[in-house]
Amino acid sequence: MKIPSGRGLSRLGPRGTFGMALLDAAKESDRIVGLTADLAITSGMERFRVQMPERFFNVGIAEQNLVGIAAGLADDGWIPFATTFANFAAMRSCEFVRHHLGYMQQNVKIVGIGAGFAMGQFGNTHYSLEDVGVLRSIPNLTIVSPADCSEVYAAVYAIAASFAPTYLRLSGVPSMPCVDQEGTSFNLGEARVLRSGTDVTFIGTGSMVSVAVRAANQLTARGLSVGVVNMHTLKPIDELVLNGLVGQTAALVTIEEHSVIGGLGSAVAEVVAAVMAAPPLLRLGVCDAFPKVGSYEYALEQCGLVDNVIATAVERWVRGAA
Amino acid sequence: MSAEGLTDEALAAIAGRCRKWIVSIGHNAGGYGAHFGPALSLVEIMTVLYGVGVRQSPDQRLNSERDRVILSKGHGSLALYAALHEFGYIDQELLVSAERDGTLLPGQPVRNRELGIEFSSGTLGMGLSFGVGLALSARMMKSERGVYVLMGDGETNEGSVWEAAMSAAHFGLSRLIAIVDVNRLQSDGRTAEIMSCSLRGMWEGFGWDVIALDGHSIPGLRVALQTPISTRPRCILASTVKGKGVSFMEDAAEWHHGLMTEGQFETACGDVGRRASAP
Repeated sequence: MKIPSGRGLSRLGPRGTFGMALLDAAKESDRIVGLTADLAITSGMERFRVQMPERFFNVGIAEQNLVGIAAGLADDGWIPFATTFANFAAMRSCEFVRHHLGYMQQNVKIVGIGAGFAMGQFGNTHYSLEDVGVLRSIPNLTIVSPADCSEVYAAVYAIAASFAPTYLRLSGVPSMPCVDQEGTSFNLGEARVLRSGTDVTFIGTGSMVSVAVRAANQLTARGLSVGVVNMHTLKPIDELVLNGLVGQTAALVTIEEHSVIGGLGSAVAEVVAAVMAAPPLLRLGVCDAFPKVGSYEYALEQCGLVDNVIATAVERWVRGAA
Repeated sequence: MSAEGLTDEALAAIAGRCRKWIVSIGHNAGGYGAHFGPALSLVEIMTVLYGVGVRQSPDQRLNSERDRVILSKGHGSLALYAALHEFGYIDQELLVSAERDGTLLPGQPVRNRELGIEFSSGTLGMGLSFGVGLALSARMMKSERGVYVLMGDGETNEGSVWEAAMSAAHFGLSRLIAIVDVNRLQSDGRTAEIMSCSLRGMWEGFGWDVIALDGHSIPGLRVALQTPISTRPRCILASTVKGKGVSFMEDAAEWHHGLMTEGQFETACGDVGRRASAP
C-alpha cells in the first residue's frame, strides 16, 4: 500500500478518501465488498459501485438490514465495509452491531461517516456525538478514529487486513488539515506519540488531533513543555502509552469531537484512574447537551473546540494547578 | 447421513422423538422452566427441513456448499437441539445438557458451526437480514446453496424483518426461503389481538412467493420444501399450534415459557408417549 499525497486526499475529504482507499484495497483483495444504506455518493463509494457492481450492495435507507446483511456476507468470509452516517450506524442499528459484530464476532467493518459536527446545518439529528460512547461498551468491537485523510487511507487497509469487527469513525470535513506524523507509523491499537512534553500532554482523536497540535504549538511558544498523542484506535485503547505518560507529564488533556461522556476522555480516565499518582485529566469535548446548530466551524466554536480557546483554557488550568 | 429416502412415517417417528426430547430436556432445565410452546410448534417443520429439505449432513457440517438453517426465533431452541440430535449433529450427552449452567446449548442458541448451529439468536428480527447476506454471498460464489430462515409470526412485528424482506425481493434471492411458524400466539397473548396483520398480503406485497400450509403436515411440508424455486424469494406460512402435542400446552399462551409440576410432567410424558422415568 502506498498512501497518496496527504494534501490531495485532504481535498477529497475523509469520505472521498475512504471511497478511494476502499476501491484501491478491493483491487488487491477480492474478498472486500461494499455496502451502503442509500449513501453511496456521499460515502465516496460511487467509483466502487461503478467499477465493482458485483461486489456492491445498496440496501436502501435501512441501517439494521445493512448490518445484518453485512454479517451474513462476513459469515462466508467476505470483508464487508458498510457505510451510513455515524449516528445511524451506532444508534439506529446499535443492537445489530452488538449482536453480529460483538456477540457473533462477524468480521464486518462499519463505517460511520459524518461523525461529530461534520453534518453542519443538518443539525443534531445528524450530529454524531454519542457514537463512541454507545459502541465502546460492546465487547469484541474495535473502534478506529483517524486523525487525517492519510490516516483514513491507511486505516482502511489495516482494518481490511485485520480479522476484527470494526467501527471506523470518520470525523472531519473536506480540506481538513494534514497532521505531521513524521517518524511514526500507523498500527491498529498503537497510539502515535507525536511529541513529548513534561508540563502537559494532549491526547486527541480524529479531527481533534490537528487542533491539539495547534494548541500545543501555542502553548510551547508560551514556554510550556507540551506533548501530543494521536489516539486513533479508541478500542482497544493503548494502555501502554497511557501508562507511560504517568510520571513523564504533569497533566493530561483529552480532546475529541464527541460528548465528554463515553468517548476518548472516558476511555483515558478509565485507564489512568487506577494508576497511583496519575496526572490530573481535563476532558475537552462536547458538554452533555444538544448544541446549537450551525456550520461545522460554528459548532466547534460553540463547544470551545478551537485551538486558541483550548490553549488559553489549558494554560490557565496547568499554571493554576502548578 | 443421506436422508433423501426418509418416508413420511420415518419423519413422523423422528418428530415424535423430538417432542419427547423437548418435554424431558425442558423439564430438566435446571428448574427454571423452558420455552415449550414455541419449540413444540416447530417440530414438524424442523424434522422435514433436516429430513428432506436441506442439503447438508453431519459429516459435511463445515462444507461451505451446505444449505444454511438460520433459526431466527431462538425461542424454538429446544426443537433445533432435538432435531440436531436426531439427525446426528450432536450427541445425547450434549443434548441433555441443554439449558444447564455453562452449557453449549443455552435457552437461546449460540452460533457453533461444529454443532450445526449457524446463528446466535434470541433477539428477534435478526435472522432474515443475515440470511439475505448469506444468499447474496452464495450468488457471488455462484453457489446453488439454499438459505432457510425460521421465524415466528410474533417475530414479524419487528420492523427489521420487513427491511430484510424488501431487500430479498429487490435482490431477487430465489434461494432464500423464510418459514414462518404461525402459531398465533406471542408472549402476551394472541397475535391477532396484540398486533393484527395479514401475513400473506404483507409477504406478497413485499414481492415474495407465498405458500401457506399446515405446519404439522409432514407431506405438506415435504411438497412445499421440494417445490422448484422461482425468481423470487419464498415464504412458507406454516399454520401451527403452539405447544403442539402436549394437551395442556396446546394453544395456551402461558406455555410460551413455563415450568411443569411433576404432575404436569407425567401428563406431558403421557401425551408424547414418553415414560416419565426414562432417562
